[in-house]
Amino acid sequence: MSAMLSVQGVHTFYGHIEALRGIDLEVRKGEIVALIGSNGAGKSTLLMTICGTPQAAKGRVVFDGRDITKVPTHEIMRSGIAQAPEGRRIFPRMTVLENLQMGASSAPPEHFAEDLERALAIFPILKERQGQRGGTLSGGEQQMLAIARALMSRPRLLLLDEPSLGLAPMTVRRIFQVIRDINRQGVTIFLVEQNAYHALRLAHRAYVMVTGTIGMTGTGAELLANREVRAAYLEGGVTEEVVAGGAP
Amino acid sequence: MQKAVAAEAGARLEGGWAEMLRDAASVAAVSIALAIPLVGFHLIDHLSTTQVEFRFGQLFYAVAVIFLGRLGLLLIGAGWARPIASFTSALSLAWLVNSAASAVPVAYPALGWFTFLLAATLAVRGWHTFYRDTAGAAAKARQAGLGAMVSRAAVHLTPFLVLVAVSVPFYAVMADDKRAVDLGILIFTYIMLGWGLNVVVGLAGLLDLGYVAFYAVGAYCYAIVSIELGLSFWESLPLAGALAATFGVLLGFPVLRLRGDYLAIVTLGFGEIIRIILLNWNELSNGPKGIGNIPRPGFFGIAFTASPPEGSIAFHEYFGLDYSPMHRQIFLYYIILVLAMVTNWFTLRIRKLPIGRAWEALREDETACRALGINPTNTKLTAFAIGAMFGGFAGAFFATRQGFISPESFNFLESAIILAIVVLGGMGSQIGVVIAAIVLIGGPEWFRDLELYRMLAFGALMVAIMIWRPQGLLAHRDPTIRLGVAGRGGTP
Ligand SMILES: Nc1ncnc2c1ncn2[C@@H]1O[C@H](COP(=O)(O)OP(=O)(O)OP(=O)(O)O)[C@@H](O)[C@H]1O
Ligand SMILES: [Mg+2]
Repeated sequence: MSAMLSVQGVHTFYGHIEALRGIDLEVRKGEIVALIGSNGAGKSTLLMTICGTPQAAKGRVVFDGRDITKVPTHEIMRSGIAQAPEGRRIFPRMTVLENLQMGASSAPPEHFAEDLERALAIFPILKERQGQRGGTLSGGEQQMLAIARALMSRPRLLLLDEPSLGLAPMTVRRIFQVIRDINRQGVTIFLVEQNAYHALRLAHRAYVMVTGTIGMTGTGAELLANREVRAAYLEGGVTEEVVAGGAP
Repeated sequence: MQKAVAAEAGARLEGGWAEMLRDAASVAAVSIALAIPLVGFHLIDHLSTTQVEFRFGQLFYAVAVIFLGRLGLLLIGAGWARPIASFTSALSLAWLVNSAASAVPVAYPALGWFTFLLAATLAVRGWHTFYRDTAGAAAKARQAGLGAMVSRAAVHLTPFLVLVAVSVPFYAVMADDKRAVDLGILIFTYIMLGWGLNVVVGLAGLLDLGYVAFYAVGAYCYAIVSIELGLSFWESLPLAGALAATFGVLLGFPVLRLRGDYLAIVTLGFGEIIRIILLNWNELSNGPKGIGNIPRPGFFGIAFTASPPEGSIAFHEYFGLDYSPMHRQIFLYYIILVLAMVTNWFTLRIRKLPIGRAWEALREDETACRALGINPTNTKLTAFAIGAMFGGFAGAFFATRQGFISPESFNFLESAIILAIVVLGGMGSQIGVVIAAIVLIGGPEWFRDLELYRMLAFGALMVAIMIWRPQGLLAHRDPTIRLGVAGRGGTP
């Protein structure tokens, strides 16, 4: 299987701070790949580097065989990648419907009605709330809107940055279910998560990031069983009983 | 009754009197230090020498007013909002009436206005505190709903408002009120400028303090093109718009990366640069002397003159009317009405197009926009260009209306007024711009008799609006896509 996205030896700087110190990873067509790591490890930075803000100082980002390292962000986002960014970043004064319309900016307009229907079918709550201003949605609804908005551009690769942040356990399970459904519809997914347990159960493969480098990689199940990973990212957060009994 | 209120409030003060008096006294002490050089000395110019006069009376008056003002402010905070507000309202009203009618002579007019401003501020503050404390949340909710209500009403009222606007000249002819048409032209010029700037500031969220530059470019473009090349108004209008739009892009490029304060400062500088160029480039703009004898527009080639040149016919002759200078004014009125309407129509349409939506989204979150595949560079440049284009149209109209332009007409105050119209109207609200333009342009015209002080009243009004409606008069944004669109296909 060929890589849809491949990140090769990428270094990214914020001024003098080296946030990414040589990252190598790849995401293959049809996969769900998870990226876990502690706060400040550089996960969000990696997602943003893939999208071109900030651009990588060294190394290459290749999407569908095309080197996108120095391509402007808005062009990258028109080439089949979409992102639901950290902090959701929906447009607060615009309505749900308008936010979705903005998401469709880079898709051909004749697909709008169909795509809208598909997005609202995935998140029925958004259909009820379509006339409400984005800023007045609840946190969970905002997260759903951010994902739905990203889907509106018909991406082949969807980047998700901490979709479970600040959500109730029920909603988290629902979001992960939706991510799996979206993947089954043919969208490749690269997922950054703090909720390592859910992410690793969902992902085909995963990477562990430690201060700007990739510390470990393997299938989701392998990492879930790994003692180091359990000690660092699972223990205390999720108890054995839940691991045993709480299938999503 | 007043006593009872005072007694009750007094009980609440609980000996805070001493503290308040001390506070007010210390403020007064500081003001003495400031007022001695500002108010206390007066230079008297004799033919050969200058003498310094010490104005004890004025100094004492100013300090006393400040002392009382501070005390009033503290009392408002201590629960006396209503009596203080009533008293100061009455005081400022009395002052206004007195100065308009010049009934009772006042000793120090300038200080009188200073007192008036202080009293008015206290009145505003007092009523604000009073209503905030009594009405509370209910009032807030009502206010928030007002914007939505007005813009809903505006949809139905639009034909009516247009009808009123169209019939102003009829009224003016019947009542022989030339001033109404002039005022209408003035207000619509500012409404058009407000709508134009609204694209940049209201929709795209780019704070532009130099909008008058595009107004100037349009005006000079028309003046020069019509005089040098002999083009008519309607032929020059697109040129003026295009040139202004080009300048919009020129301004846009260097400021692409700037936001907020920095953007404001650079655009302010841009406005000044244009004015200074016009002031100094004598060959092009005739410098401070300005350009006169700018051709006035004709009615399909028919001139509005009392005595047409040999071989042509004038408007009044053509229609068999008696000559009246009002004909041209009325024609100008309809030109600006149409120009403004086109601006409004265009803005309303473009808001529903991808580019208009991108402007609004850019105002909210530039990073998110980029992540959705929107090119912020092009989006901002089109906003600057389109806003500038409408400024250019308005400028060309200004030039043909005045027949004379000079750099003086395009100073920073103009930019400030146009921006005030947009901000007070509620950033992005089309009907808000209309209301704000009527209040801010019409108001001072009606109060012309106050002369220079009307600018003070203008300032006080802005302060009042900012206190009561910090979001602007109508801070309501209509969604560009409605419910039901999604439901059309039904759920699968
Ligand atoms: N704009 C910025 N300027 C300077 N430093 C930054 C910037 N953004 C991130 N950093 C730094 O880069 C490092 C990586 O940050 P990043 O946001 O990628 O972490 P993360 O792995 O996403 O963390 P979290 O799980 O908390 O979201 C951090 O040390 C952070 O302080
Ligand atoms: Mg992060």
